[in-house]
Amino acid sequence: MKLFNKDITQTSTAALPADQQGPIRIKGLNHWFGSGEARKQALFDIDLTIERGSLVILMGASGSGKTTLLTLAGCLRDVQDGSVQLLGQELNGADENVLVACRRRLGFIFQAHNLHESLTAMQNVRMGLDVHGPQARKDWKAPASHLLNLVGLGDRLDYLPGNLSGGQKQRVAVARALVGNPDVVFADEPTAALDKESGHQVVSLLKRLGTERNTTTLMVTHDNKVLEMADRIITMEEGRIVKDELPHR
Amino acid sequence: MTALLTKLLGRLPIGWLQLKHNKSRLAAAIAGVAFANILIFMQLGFLGALVETTKLPYRPMVADILISASDANTLSDGSNVARQRLYQALAVPGVADASPFYLGKFDWQRDNGTTVNFQVFGIDPTKQIFKDPEVDKARAQLQLLDTALLDRSARNIEPELAASIDGGTPHRFEANGRTLSAVRTFSIGAGFEADGYLIVSDQTFLQMYPQRTAGAPTHILVTVEPGVSPQTIVQNLRSAIPEKDIIIRTVEEAAAADEAYQTTERPVGVIFGFGVIIGVLVGLIIVYQVLSTDVADHLREYATLKAVGYKQSFFLSIVFEEAIILAIFGFIPGVLFALGLYDVLTSATGLPVEMTGIRAVAVLFGTSAMCLISGAIATRRLAGANPADLF
Repeated sequence: MKLFNKDITQTSTAALPADQQGPIRIKGLNHWFGSGEARKQALFDIDLTIERGSLVILMGASGSGKTTLLTLAGCLRDVQDGSVQLLGQELNGADENVLVACRRRLGFIFQAHNLHESLTAMQNVRMGLDVHGPQARKDWKAPASHLLNLVGLGDRLDYLPGNLSGGQKQRVAVARALVGNPDVVFADEPTAALDKESGHQVVSLLKRLGTERNTTTLMVTHDNKVLEMADRIITMEEGRIVKDELPHR
Repeated sequence: MTALLTKLLGRLPIGWLQLKHNKSRLAAAIAGVAFANILIFMQLGFLGALVETTKLPYRPMVADILISASDANTLSDGSNVARQRLYQALAVPGVADASPFYLGKFDWQRDNGTTVNFQVFGIDPTKQIFKDPEVDKARAQLQLLDTALLDRSARNIEPELAASIDGGTPHRFEANGRTLSAVRTFSIGAGFEADGYLIVSDQTFLQMYPQRTAGAPTHILVTVEPGVSPQTIVQNLRSAIPEKDIIIRTVEEAAAADEAYQTTERPVGVIFGFGVIIGVLVGLIIVYQVLSTDVADHLREYATLKAVGYKQSFFLSIVFEEAIILAIFGFIPGVLFALGLYDVLTSATGLPVEMTGIRAVAVLFGTSAMCLISGAIATRRLAGANPADLF
């Protein structure tokens, strides 16, 4: 599969200004779930700064708080206590409009592909562009087909998800997340549905985006095969960061 | 269709693509909306026929003003009016003429086993009471006792019988113990209260209904002098005859009051009106069920799009897009089917169940509103599309 011998910068739409000091800066972050006696703390006093263009892997056992951290940093959950600055914007207390504006600068890759079954691969990828306004809606074909080519689906542009394999669907979802030229990509087990080679290629693509476009990636994974590509590996246990290290190369 | 909608909406027509993708659900939804449309059309058809047939007997009247008993809610309801009012009316300046108008009912048991329920009009044959030239020409014949004019548009009146009467062969039949001769026909048509109408002279009427007296007609028909406003004469008559036992209205006002009473007070009108509401409710439930299931089925996809910055209004527009598509696609078979049913009903009952442009457009807009309301309710589920749950 020819994934990495193409110019990914062609996918760029309007470049969005990114924070100079680090797109994700977290200080004293605490988070709880439930209320009353059932209230349970999920995150304890998290401090974390992630540099621009880096590929950071979050690891930890189930329930360790990594997904909570990911959703808080990705403006998908309200910050209860502490500070989360995303692309220079404080999320604690931010209103819905601010959160929506922030989200438009992000790319999300979920464990499940969540593609619209009624839309073709091209149309699904287009959905990642249309949110950026009329110009993006007008000029969607070239970047959408380019991204699908990048993830190896150049010959499946007009396929409906029902006619694609699980791995192919996940690659369409990756293309959808990246087509809007995001400043930060949040990925939750993006390689879980992929075979070894495809998984490696997707993470390589994210890594290359970091190098060439300064795209920052925060990725939750249990896939040991991709750890060596990370710039940082953060390990969480019971709501706390217990290890923050460089990968063994 | 996809290209057209893309142009119209300025975005990918996700609602249409989702509906199209699940063809069996789309077919069921269209059938459901069409069914609701048919229900609404049928009830409106009945209601329209009720309104139309209520007005039918008023239309051919030459009179401008009707003096009726105060409890006369419709043309045939209520007490009688003292003939004295007729003379009082004649004394009012601007009144050209006043005539007694008698109303009765009679069931014609025919030799072929059918029954025709007639509304009988007893009129003064020396005066022009109806605009219909056929009735006017037959006034001289009506002066003969026991002659009648027969409504050829009445239910169960064969065209051959009407042709034979108009051809000069009077048709004799028994009516309330007398033998009447139908010497000519006219046309008003069947309604909800009667199968048709029979016109006789006041003298024949009083023979047919011996309990009725010449001194108490059902209504008094008043015509005003040329160039005089009937409304002014109504006011003058009310001043001249202030007694509370009568109501004085123009014929148009009386017809409108009759229509209002038939549609809002009589059970039949209320039932038809209620039927329209039931049709709308059925449509609401069907469309809500379809849209709400569709939203539930795509919650994860919507949550994914929410995560990348699509606003709630975008998802609402998808649901509303689906609602409008269902409204239009369901309306087309609904209106076509209703047209067929209207034809069947008109032939079977003789009632004027007709499709009007205004009704069709009103139902289309009503269906669209119904689908939009269903869509609006269904979108409550969208609030549950929390992108955080996707991780």
